[in-house]
Amino acid sequence: MRCFGVMAVTDYRLLPAGDTALIVEFGSQVDRRLSGLVVALAARLTEAKIAGVVECVPTFRSLSVYFDPLLLPYAALAARIGDLADGLRAAETEARSWRLPLCYDVSIAPDLDHIAAHSGLTPAQVVERHSAVDYYVYMLGFLPGQPYLGDVAPELTLPRRQSPRMKIPAGSVAIAMNLTCIFPNETPCGWHLIGRCPARLWDIGGAEPKSLLRPGDKVRFTPVSLREYDDLGARIASGELTIVPAMDDAA
Amino acid sequence: MTPSLHVVAAGLLTTVQDRGRVGYQHLGVPVSGALDPVSLHAANLLVGNPPDTGALEVACMGPTLAVEADDIRIAVVGARAAIEVLPDAAATAGRGVAGMQSIRLRRGEALRIGALTDANVLYIAVEGGFDIAPVLGSVATDIRCGLGGWQGRALAVGDRLPLRLARAGERNEVCFQGLLARPRRRIRVILGPQDDCFPDSETAAFLDSEYTVGPSVDRMGMRLKGRAIKHSHGFDIASDGIAPGSIQVPGNGLPIVLLADRQTTGGYPKIATVISADLPALARLTVGSKLGFEAVSVDAAEAARRAHLAELAAMNDKIIPLQLARTNLAPRLQECNLVSGFVDAVDE
Repeated sequence: MRCFGVMAVTDYRLLPAGDTALIVEFGSQVDRRLSGLVVALAARLTEAKIAGVVECVPTFRSLSVYFDPLLLPYAALAARIGDLADGLRAAETEARSWRLPLCYDVSIAPDLDHIAAHSGLTPAQVVERHSAVDYYVYMLGFLPGQPYLGDVAPELTLPRRQSPRMKIPAGSVAIAMNLTCIFPNETPCGWHLIGRCPARLWDIGGAEPKSLLRPGDKVRFTPVSLREYDDLGARIASGELTIVPAMDDAA
Repeated sequence: MTPSLHVVAAGLLTTVQDRGRVGYQHLGVPVSGALDPVSLHAANLLVGNPPDTGALEVACMGPTLAVEADDIRIAVVGARAAIEVLPDAAATAGRGVAGMQSIRLRRGEALRIGALTDANVLYIAVEGGFDIAPVLGSVATDIRCGLGGWQGRALAVGDRLPLRLARAGERNEVCFQGLLARPRRRIRVILGPQDDCFPDSETAAFLDSEYTVGPSVDRMGMRLKGRAIKHSHGFDIASDGIAPGSIQVPGNGLPIVLLADRQTTGGYPKIATVISADLPALARLTVGSKLGFEAVSVDAAEAARRAHLAELAAMNDKIIPLQLARTNLAPRLQECNLVSGFVDAVDE
């Protein structure tokens, strides 16, 4: 059921996921180097516009390629992917840097105290650690525009909640394992809520849907007060304020 | 006044669906679309629509829809259910009509669909389709994301779904001749992508076991009861893409088959994936149904897909005028009343 390929930089496996999807798996871990390869292959595959390829979906460590086997049989697609993966390097796509406001006020961060207790830090230290990292956007998934960001500081890593919440508000920022996530919509959620971000992550108003972030981007959170959060949220909602990538994230 | 269908009773879960929203999964947008695309196809053919036109997908319990147009042509295909045409929306009783045929309804009349019995969904197609703007190329409703269909949600009492046509085309009504539905209970799969997360003996047990459709079936997935499958080294994997028909095995070992509204990515090992030709059959397996899985090769799955699409293409040839069926093929029509959709004849 599987075949192996070798590239200049790394090995990968091709795994069938039914007859209309093929997984190009670079590894099994959440890892930036693997993610960089996934993003680079996705870019090459999109660029190649191969007839019969329906779409491709980058994830932490693999690329799902959806295809119509009657237009492009599995073996032919596998061969094309072999060509595209030849000499693949992780740094082919341009990474953008973002500064996103994040309100850690305890009134909208119900798990902040729990995270602090779990990590042996004060809530202020948790905020400091969470906002001191340039996160890497591994992938979008689960909900439209929803980014999976990593890696969270080791002292803040903790397993998912024992029982998920039935509903969390749109814009919630949460952590679990070594990841942090912004949830664009109201949703059930088993992660630990650490605050809320007023940025609009997802917009289908135009002809093409826009996701604010894309895999490979860098994100750093800027702590804001509850009042600033409300103000930013209102200005973003009215269209007065648009968040654009930071020119320089070296601050 | 805009021609429309007025929702008098919403049913349990009535949504607009077509073949789904492809091309946006990399942004986290699920594909959605019809659970039983074969029945959707058939319903559209009966009313003269392109086969992928958006129609109403009805689950569990049907709606009551009043006609606010000069007249309309509809067809109901899929699960067996009582189908009635009421003289007006307030009427408590009307005339029973058959599925698998086109029906003309006049202004003021209402269509009432009862409880679904032998499959999970049925489709109500309307000639000309609904006047609903596609979102990201599709009118499929994705309730979880609030996208597409009618306001991103299931129909509710008082909704008025705009129709593209104010009156039905002048032609005779039609039905299908000789379509037989037999539920497929051996579902063909390709092993993987994560079959290496399971010992060979567990994969063999998965393929040898009979499963039962558990009580929680929705548009996202079908939970199965039966032999629990053990993982080799735990069940937490780094999330990857979820193909249609992915069979994921969570911590309790009981497989979940992921369907139209599946999330784009997920983190449980997927032992196997249902082949595309057999996905529509899953929509016809109701709670309590027995099923089993049979591993096939990629080549066999491609051949099955080719055969499946050829059958869909040939479906048009099985449409005959209803009048002909009434005069010459009365027993045939009787049979049509009882079928619940069309499946390929290669079965068990």
